[in-house]
Amino acid sequence: MATQPAIELKNITKKFGKVVANKNVNLTANRGEILSILGENGSGKTTLMNMISGIYFPDEGEIRIDGKEALIASPKDAFDYKIGMIHQHFKLVDVFSAAENIVLGIEDGKYNLKKSTDDIKRISAQYGFNLDTEKKIYTMSVSEKQTVEIIKVLYRGADILILDEPTAVLTPQETEKLFDILRRMRDDGKCIIIITHKLHEVLSLSDKVAVLRKGEYIGTVNTAETNESELTEMMVGKKIDLNIERSVPENTEDRLVVNSITCVDRVGTTVLDNVSFTAKSGEILGIAGIAGSGQRELLESIAGLQRLEYGDIFYFDPQTGKKESLRDKTPMQIRNMGVRLSFVPEDRLGMGLVGNMDIVDNMMLRSYSKGRSFFLKRKPPKDLAMKIINDLEVVTPSANTPVRRLSGGNVQKVLVGREIAASPTVLMVAYPVRGLDINSSYMIYNLLNEQKKQGVAIIFVGEDLDVLVELCDRIMVIGSGKINGIVDGRTTTKEEIGLLMTKSDSDGKENDNG
Amino acid sequence: MADKTAVKKHHEPLIHIVKRDDIPEWQAWLIRGATIIVALIFVGFLSMLVTEKGFFETYKIMFSGVFGRLLQGSTKMLWKYLQEIAILLCLALALTPAFKMKFWNCGAEGQALMGGLASIFCMIEFGEKLSYGALIAVICITSIIAGAVWGIIPAIFKALFNTNETLFTLMMNYIATQIIAYYVYIEGGGSNVINPVSVGNFPAVGNNDYFVNIITVAVITVVMYIYLKYSKQGYEISVVGESQNTAKYIGINVKKVIIRTMAVSGALCGVTGMLLVAGKDHSINTNLVGGQGFTAILMSWLGQFNPFIMVVMTAIVVFLKIGVAKVADSSFLNSSFSEIMVGIVILMLVGCEFFIQYSIRFRRKNKEVAK
Repeated sequence: MATQPAIELKNITKKFGKVVANKNVNLTANRGEILSILGENGSGKTTLMNMISGIYFPDEGEIRIDGKEALIASPKDAFDYKIGMIHQHFKLVDVFSAAENIVLGIEDGKYNLKKSTDDIKRISAQYGFNLDTEKKIYTMSVSEKQTVEIIKVLYRGADILILDEPTAVLTPQETEKLFDILRRMRDDGKCIIIITHKLHEVLSLSDKVAVLRKGEYIGTVNTAETNESELTEMMVGKKIDLNIERSVPENTEDRLVVNSITCVDRVGTTVLDNVSFTAKSGEILGIAGIAGSGQRELLESIAGLQRLEYGDIFYFDPQTGKKESLRDKTPMQIRNMGVRLSFVPEDRLGMGLVGNMDIVDNMMLRSYSKGRSFFLKRKPPKDLAMKIINDLEVVTPSANTPVRRLSGGNVQKVLVGREIAASPTVLMVAYPVRGLDINSSYMIYNLLNEQKKQGVAIIFVGEDLDVLVELCDRIMVIGSGKINGIVDGRTTTKEEIGLLMTKSDSDGKENDNG
Repeated sequence: MADKTAVKKHHEPLIHIVKRDDIPEWQAWLIRGATIIVALIFVGFLSMLVTEKGFFETYKIMFSGVFGRLLQGSTKMLWKYLQEIAILLCLALALTPAFKMKFWNCGAEGQALMGGLASIFCMIEFGEKLSYGALIAVICITSIIAGAVWGIIPAIFKALFNTNETLFTLMMNYIATQIIAYYVYIEGGGSNVINPVSVGNFPAVGNNDYFVNIITVAVITVVMYIYLKYSKQGYEISVVGESQNTAKYIGINVKKVIIRTMAVSGALCGVTGMLLVAGKDHSINTNLVGGQGFTAILMSWLGQFNPFIMVVMTAIVVFLKIGVAKVADSSFLNSSFSEIMVGIVILMLVGCEFFIQYSIRFRRKNKEVAK
C-alpha cells in the first residue's frame, strides 16, 4: 500500500471575495504516510482542508482520490470517499455519551448501541486509544473529546484523516500519546494529514511537509532532509531569528499581591480556588494551564470584572508606595484610583475592541469619558491611532477602517498598542499571539520585553509552552482553578510544566511558593 | 463504496451563494435605489391590473393624491404629506438609539399613546386654568415624562432581570391601548369619542396647522444625528450595542446606559404622541398612532440608523401610502389595498439587503469545456 497516492490536489484555487485563500495548490498525500501541512495563520491551510472535507467547493482545480477525479460537494460526499476531518473546535453533543456521539448521524439501518460499542472498543484497542464509551462528553477533558472525534471518523471507515491543529489544546504528554496513535494508524496504511504551525511537531511526527504561504503552495520536502530554519524560511519567505530575548529582571518590587482569592461562576462552580501569587515589577510572570482552568477568571478578577467570594487583591503604587485594595471595585473605580492597569483580553474583538468600529473609535474606548464635555473629542484618539499604525506597522487602508476587517495580527497590534499607550504599571495579556503570524508574534514579544525593561509587571497567560519557557521569568501553573506550582522560567522544562498542568488534587500537597 | 463513487456524476452546483466582501457604499446605495425604482414600477403595475386604469394614469393619480394642486400653487396637500412624514420619522428617530443599543423596542405605539394621553389630559384638565404658554409647557413636560416612563419600565426589567424586551414592550402596548380606551370611555361620557378640544393646540403658522410639528421633527432629526455620532452618550450606546463585554471591560455601567437610552427613546415617542394630539387631532382614541409605531421599526432599520437616510425612506413609504390609497379610492377599493402595496415595497427593500450581503454566481460554462 505504501507510497500509493491517496489524495491529489491539482491547481486548487479558492477565493473569498477579493481574498485569495488558496492559489494553484498542488499537493499529494500518500497512503501509509503522515503529511504535515505547515503554514502561518492565514496561509490557507484550513481552507484547503475544508475543500477536501466538503465544506467549501473549490473555484478552480480538481481533487483526485486514488487516482480518480472526485467531486466533493458536501461533507457526506467526503465520507463516501472515506475522508474524515477532525476539526479544531469539536462538534460533539455534550449530554450524549461517547458511544452515542460516535454513532450519531450514521444511516445504516438499525440503531444498535451495543453492537456499535463493541466496534468502537475494537477500534480503540487496535490503535491504542483509551476511551470509556459510557462517559458523557461534558465530563470529559479536552484530550478525551478529541479521542472521541478521532474514533468517530475511524468508525465511519475513514482512511484519509485530516487533523486541524490537533495539539493546540493538549499538554506535552497528551501530544506524545496522540502522536503514537497517529504513527500506528500510518503503519496500518492510513493517510494522515495534519495541519499545524508548530515546527518541532512537524519534525518529530511527519514523513513529509507541505508548506503554504499566503495561500500559495511553496513546496513539499521530506522531513528527514530538512530542519527548522529551512522550514521557517519556506513558511515566512525570509530568514528569521527564532530566539526570544529574555533579560534579567532588575530592581523588582512587589506590584500586585493576590491573596487567596476564590471565585464561583454563575452556576456555583468554584472557578478560582484559594489563589495566591505576587506579580513583581520588571518581570514577566507566565501563567500556564489547560484552557479553561481559571486563567480568564483570574485576570478578570484583577481587572474588576469578577466578583470575589474570598480573598483580596492589593496594588502597590510605585509613586506613593501606598497599598490599595482592588476588591469589589469596578474597572472605572480602579482607573480613577490611579491604578494603571492594562489588560489585553483573550477575546479581542468581543471584549478588548469593538469589531464594527474603526481604529480611532477603538482608541477612544479607553479615553472617551475624560473631561466634562457632553461631546466626544476625536482628535487625541485619532493622533494615537496614527501613532500606533506607524510605530507597530499596522496594515490597514486607513485609521477609519473597521477593525474587524483587519487581519488577526493587526487587530492584536491595535489592541496591545492601545493598552501600552496607557503607560501601565501592570500589564495583563491573555493568549496575545494566538492566531498571529510569526512576525507579528515576535513583535508582541518584543513589546512585552520593552515594557518589562521599563519596570512594568507583566502577567502573560500563554498556551504554547515553548514560548512560555523561553519568555517568562517565572511560570505559574494553574489547574482547575488552583495554583499547582510556580517554577523558575530559566530552569524549568516543558515536561515539568505539563505534569503540573494535569496534577490532580490527590497528588498531595501543593508546592505553592507564592 | 467504490462503485458508488464511480457512478457519481460530475456536476458543480448550478448556483453559488457567495458572501460578499464589504462592497463600497455607493454600490450598496445603487442596489437600494434600483430596488426602490423596481418596487415603484411593480406597485404601479399591480395597481394597474387591479384598477384597470392605465399605467401612467395610475402614477398621475398617485402624484395628485400626494401633492394635490401643488403646480397650481396650492400647498395644502404638500403640508399634509410633510406632516405624515414627520410623525412616522419622529417614531423612527425615537426607536433608533434603542436599536443601536440592540434593545428591540417594539413599544413605540404604546409609548406614543401614553404621551398623547398626557397631552389630552392636560388640555382638558388645565385648559381653562393656565395661560397658553404655561399650558403648552405642561403638555410638553408631561408627555415626555409619560412616554419615558413607558420606556423605562421594560428597560429596568431588562437591566436587572434580563427579561426579553421585545415581548415586554409589546405587552406594554396593550396596556396603553386599554388605558386610552378607559379614559375615552370616562371622558367621552360613554360615547367612546372625545370631541376635539380647542385649547392647548399648537399654533398655526401662516395658515399652516402642521408647521410646528414639521419643524419640531426637523430639529429632532438633526439633534439625534449629532447625539448618536458626536456625544459621549451616543458612543456608549454604540459600544453597549456592539458588545456588552467590551462595555463592561472598559468600565461602562451597562445597566445605566440601557435605562437612560430607553428613557430617551420613550420620551421621543411621547413627543410624537403629543404632536399627534396637540398638533393634529386635538382629541384621542385608541387608534391614534395607527400602527405607525411598527412601521417605524422598519424605517429605522432601512435608514441604517442614520436619521437623514430615514427621512428619505419615510418620504417614500408615506408617498406610497397616501398615493396608493388615492388610487384605491378612485377605484372603489378600500385602504387595505394601500397597506398591501406598502407591505410589498417594504418587503422588497428588506429583501434587497440580501443582495448587498451576498452575490449569486452561476456555474461557469467554460469550466465544463475544460473538463
